[in-house]
Amino acid sequence: MTPLLALDRIVKIYGTPQSFVAALDDLSYGVAENSFVSLVGPSGCGKTTILRIVAGLTFPTSGLALLRGDPIRGPGADRGMVFQSYTSFPWLTVKANIEFGPAVRGAARSTRDVAARDLIELTGLSGFENAYPHTLSGGMKQRVALARTLANDPAILIMDEPFGSLDQQTRWTMQELLLTIWDRSQKTVLFVTHDIEEALFLSDVVLVLTARPGRIKREIPVHFPRPRCPELKATPEFVALKAAVIGLIREELSTPSPSQHVPHA
Amino acid sequence: MITADNRDAGAISSKRYVWLSAVPVLLVAGAWAVATYGGFVGPFFLPTPSAVIVSAIQLFRSHGYVNDIVASLARVLVAFGLCAATAVPLGLLMGRSPIITAVLSPFVVVMRYVPISAFIPLLILWAGIGTFQKVLFLWLGTFFYLLALVADATASVAPELIDTAATLGATRPQVLVRVIFPAALPAILDALRVMMGVGWTYLVLAEIVAAESGIGYMIMESQRFLKTPRVFVGILTVGAIGLGLDFLLRSTRDLLLPWART
Repeated sequence: MTPLLALDRIVKIYGTPQSFVAALDDLSYGVAENSFVSLVGPSGCGKTTILRIVAGLTFPTSGLALLRGDPIRGPGADRGMVFQSYTSFPWLTVKANIEFGPAVRGAARSTRDVAARDLIELTGLSGFENAYPHTLSGGMKQRVALARTLANDPAILIMDEPFGSLDQQTRWTMQELLLTIWDRSQKTVLFVTHDIEEALFLSDVVLVLTARPGRIKREIPVHFPRPRCPELKATPEFVALKAAVIGLIREELSTPSPSQHVPHA
Repeated sequence: MITADNRDAGAISSKRYVWLSAVPVLLVAGAWAVATYGGFVGPFFLPTPSAVIVSAIQLFRSHGYVNDIVASLARVLVAFGLCAATAVPLGLLMGRSPIITAVLSPFVVVMRYVPISAFIPLLILWAGIGTFQKVLFLWLGTFFYLLALVADATASVAPELIDTAATLGATRPQVLVRVIFPAALPAILDALRVMMGVGWTYLVLAEIVAAESGIGYMIMESQRFLKTPRVFVGILTVGAIGLGLDFLLRSTRDLLLPWART
């Protein structure tokens, strides 16, 4: 079966010919439809770059990103993105934020309205329809971002540390909310996080990336049964897997790059 | 008894704020009264408060001062409207497009350094001394400043908001109209408020140099005939109108943008 999203020998180099940084080096991967794939790895390994390439916000230096076989040529409503920073439009109410995507794409007011009401219900924003984002907590803002992205019914949901700015309790609540939504909608999700526990709890597959330039170091299938509940995180199997992934990332942190450990002359 | 204390460090209560604003005003007014009624300063240099009030009543009653005020107000508002209508759209484009910035920058930078009063003789030559010349002068004096401020406001819109809109399916024109413009609007309205103040300054300047009506014209005529109280009336009128317009613009901003109330 062809994957929904194919990353084919992606290379990404930032900077100028005089001074450049290779962010991604020959990275290939296929994301199966309806799967939940997380990317973890040391800071600066190019996780966000991968997401931005899939979103069409940046382009690979070489290689191809394909959605359903078609090369990605720019941003589009078929790939929804949730960012770590709060991106609710402050001049729009919660409901108008959620309707933004359908509105710019010309959906009828009544269609938009029905869809927005369903999403408000689904994401637990009932009662906040007419609130402005600045009155909401961080967790609520990310609910808005999630609902707004889902309103476009994208083929793939791209999430860049969406819960990274939230406190631990809110983060747990949001993880469960995301799983509930994912179970129901069976969307394909590409998720970046620094939190290994979060990645394992949510995903079907966790991809561990190498230090820069990023390549896939290890593909770790996560077979815990679904629906998953928070107690899973305390089971020996989960803890062992988490330790293994942390070990893989630590290897990347301690790998000396050629420029290091040069003795002083 | 327990009372609420919502003060943050460095903040002051609104009651205290009013006091701190009122006291210096009263002190200046008091010093004025002492200096004039006490006979320390000659009436040609500094008239008494009562002379200014009497003069104001005369001006309104028998010299058609209302017409001067209306003439000045109309000039400022028309020029302000034209300036906003031209500088805001162009500033939005400039803030997003390096090409447009490159094209306009030389003019913007030069015009911000050339004293606008240097254009008065030229504009009188081109457009006479009527309302058209005043509006042209005010537009010229405010357009480039506003353009730069709007471009700055536009350029500092958070890139995440623009990226988000793009991933939600918005086209480039839609991003400009539906995201960049509203996101920059609070800063744009603040810039407009500043420009309104600058506009009044330039207007009085232009009317003092050459005009046949307006507050500045009245001030100049009064000075010529040593009617110093009227000069004061003129200055106070401009100040009062400025205060009123500032309040109006600030209220409009709060009403229009409840999410960006400061």
